[in-house]
Amino acid sequence: MLTSAVRGIARRSFSTSKWAAAQQMTVRDALNSALDEEMERDERVFLLGEEVAMYDGAYKVSRGLWKKYGDKRVIDTPITEIGFAGVAVGAAMAGLRPICEFMTFNFSMQAIDHVINSAAKTFYMSAGMINIPMVFRGPNGAAAGVAAQHSQCYGAWYSHCPGLKVVSPYNSEDAKGLLKAAIRDPDPVVVLENELLYGVQYPMSDEALSKDFVLPIGKAKIERTGNHVTIVAHSMAVQNALEGANELAGQGIEAEVINLRSLRPLDINTIIQSVTKTHHLITVEQGWPHCGIGAEVAARIMESEAFYHLDAPVVRLASVDCPLPYTKSLEAASLPQTPDVVNTVKKILGVAQ
Amino acid sequence: MIPNCIRSIGSQTSKRNYGSWSKAVSFLLNKNNYATEASFETKPFRLHKLDSGPSTQVSVTKEDALKYYKQLHTIRRIETAAGNLYKEKIIRGFCHLYSGQEACAVGMTAVLRPQDSVITAYRVHGWTYLMGVSPLGVLAELTGRQSGNARGKGGSMHMYAKNFYGGNGIVGAQVPLGVGVAFAAKYQNTGGVCLALYGDGAANQGQIFEAYNIAKLWDIPCIFVCENNGYGMGTSADRAAASTDYYTRGDYVPGIWVDGMDVLAVREATRYAIDHCTSGKGPIVLETATYRYSGHSMSDPGTSYRTREEIQEVRQTRDPITSFKERILNSNLVAADELKKLEAEVRKEVDDAVKIAKTDKEIPMSELTTDIYSAPLEKEVRNVTPFNPLPHGRLGPAINL
Ligand SMILES: Cc1ncc(C[n+]2csc(CCOP(=O)(O)OP(=O)(O)O)c2C)c(N)n1
Ligand SMILES: [Mg+2]
Repeated sequence: MLTSAVRGIARRSFSTSKWAAAQQMTVRDALNSALDEEMERDERVFLLGEEVAMYDGAYKVSRGLWKKYGDKRVIDTPITEIGFAGVAVGAAMAGLRPICEFMTFNFSMQAIDHVINSAAKTFYMSAGMINIPMVFRGPNGAAAGVAAQHSQCYGAWYSHCPGLKVVSPYNSEDAKGLLKAAIRDPDPVVVLENELLYGVQYPMSDEALSKDFVLPIGKAKIERTGNHVTIVAHSMAVQNALEGANELAGQGIEAEVINLRSLRPLDINTIIQSVTKTHHLITVEQGWPHCGIGAEVAARIMESEAFYHLDAPVVRLASVDCPLPYTKSLEAASLPQTPDVVNTVKKILGVAQ
Repeated sequence: MIPNCIRSIGSQTSKRNYGSWSKAVSFLLNKNNYATEASFETKPFRLHKLDSGPSTQVSVTKEDALKYYKQLHTIRRIETAAGNLYKEKIIRGFCHLYSGQEACAVGMTAVLRPQDSVITAYRVHGWTYLMGVSPLGVLAELTGRQSGNARGKGGSMHMYAKNFYGGNGIVGAQVPLGVGVAFAAKYQNTGGVCLALYGDGAANQGQIFEAYNIAKLWDIPCIFVCENNGYGMGTSADRAAASTDYYTRGDYVPGIWVDGMDVLAVREATRYAIDHCTSGKGPIVLETATYRYSGHSMSDPGTSYRTREEIQEVRQTRDPITSFKERILNSNLVAADELKKLEAEVRKEVDDAVKIAKTDKEIPMSELTTDIYSAPLEKEVRNVTPFNPLPHGRLGPAINL
């Protein structure tokens, strides 16, 4: 333990400039290395889901793992979500550490009873006798041009349920650190990935490249500091928040961008601290507004000390309150875009738009 | 009846069988020396919990032969056009082609009556056309434009028409819905049946077995159709199913296996299934053995889990269009010129539709918040921010009410 921490520090001190040295990695590869490292580390960890083995994953997240670990640990299932999700929960009950991939989270609705009733509640119902150390993971949210049934964010759905932990990584470091933490966690963790980010490269610090890298579940990350407004986002929407913040910076407005990383637990303290400083808050998400993540953040701020520090009402940016259409122009109009972030910030700051 | 001179085609088809079909004809010659009707022998049906099945001797009139040929050919051309539009990036997202499977839909719709209904999954372009939507209605839906069957809001997987309930993107979900549609037919005494279609992959979903049980228990006139194209995405049927005899998997629901590459065999099996359902015997399962030529969706090259040779082999020896064409030509039912003329007409219709589908407008922004509810209780819909809500709109009346 101690030695590896020391080694980590030693290695970091060698790299003179973190950014110059930072290696680029796609979110897909970051997830892949998280799976690989954790399977290597713990014999009980196995991956099951549709097309995860021979086809290397529908989105190639599990590329190479079946070749490396074989049929026993990387398992193609029939298209039977409620069946294999239940089997995975049962295996977790009996001491294994399943990673249950949903080809996309849209299909997890077929299996939601096992996620909620079997995975989330058993530890409580058994008075702590039976825990469910497992992961449900896959791409979540709107992809491009796949219409209403394939374009839904499950952030609010799963974070609603006590007993589950829910993470929603944005970039490659998030993806690797949070997935590894999820696999090691003794509770059921839902990992909401984003298909559109799979192919995007982000820098990976030396630390993040290490096999020991895990991120704490329940901690948000301040992606950018600023004094004028706090922008809270998760997953894809972090990108809009960062782009908006850059644009605002050119106009003299410094936004603090908080990447939630974890939706349950929600790191409300980091948001409270930020709002206490900036006195303004907006939230950005791709899910629906009604009972959404932004609604929860706003309510928690209302219930906190930070409420007294607000100079304007909290505003939520979310998907338009309708199913997602295939029509290209309408699809774009359905989701919060960077100009929406910029305009909303200016509006609540009372700056001319 | 017409005289028969049939030679068995045998259980496995090969290229040479096309030759034997030329002899497998019966004809009533008209004055141009062309037959007005021809008959053929289908591959044997396989039966589950049935004492006798459909007749393996099938006949087709010239008029029907031309109709089926036109339909088969139109679907193929629509799908080829769709594949190209996808490659040009005009179709986005998913695009699941039906090429190779045309005989299933054409054979089934051949015997559907006005009171019958259909529901299927996302591999829906061909079905939508057969259920009465024009090639433009299909192609413009694929390009997301206003002339699309669902005004471009549904895209590749979600198309609808009278007696046609889509277009479902969730594997297996359409099957209980189909039982519900059939339930309504029974409830309202329409005499209609519903075809509920699903793939070999979908055949493993639990809800299909729940639907079988309900349908049998309540004698619901539902025809469960498993279109077995050998693969569910990249997984071959035998890697996903403990039993790949899909026609037997309804257990207590009778079933028929049919050569899904033979439009006439499919037609006969469907006719039989409709009789079965409407005579009060409850549901039945049809398994149509077929093949998809393209990848699962356009983004799948479709060659990592099967060989190019396998695809070529099916194309050359079992293609549902080529085989039907050779049959009706060799039996003197139609002349090559007639088919050429038909092909040219189809090509023109589809090409014209492609042009419009490419240049047509998208629906106006107001339709983003149209038809979320048929009786909206709130006048406005929340936008991305709370500042500029959108009015809830309604388009024409629902066709099923
Ligand atoms: C519930 C659900 N799980 C997974 C998927 C992803 N998916 C779409 S099609 C498909 C394969 C289905 O195969 P099959 O039923 O054989 O139909 P085919 O595509 O061959 O027509 C899968 C896994 C989905 N759409 N819905
Ligand atoms: Mg299939």
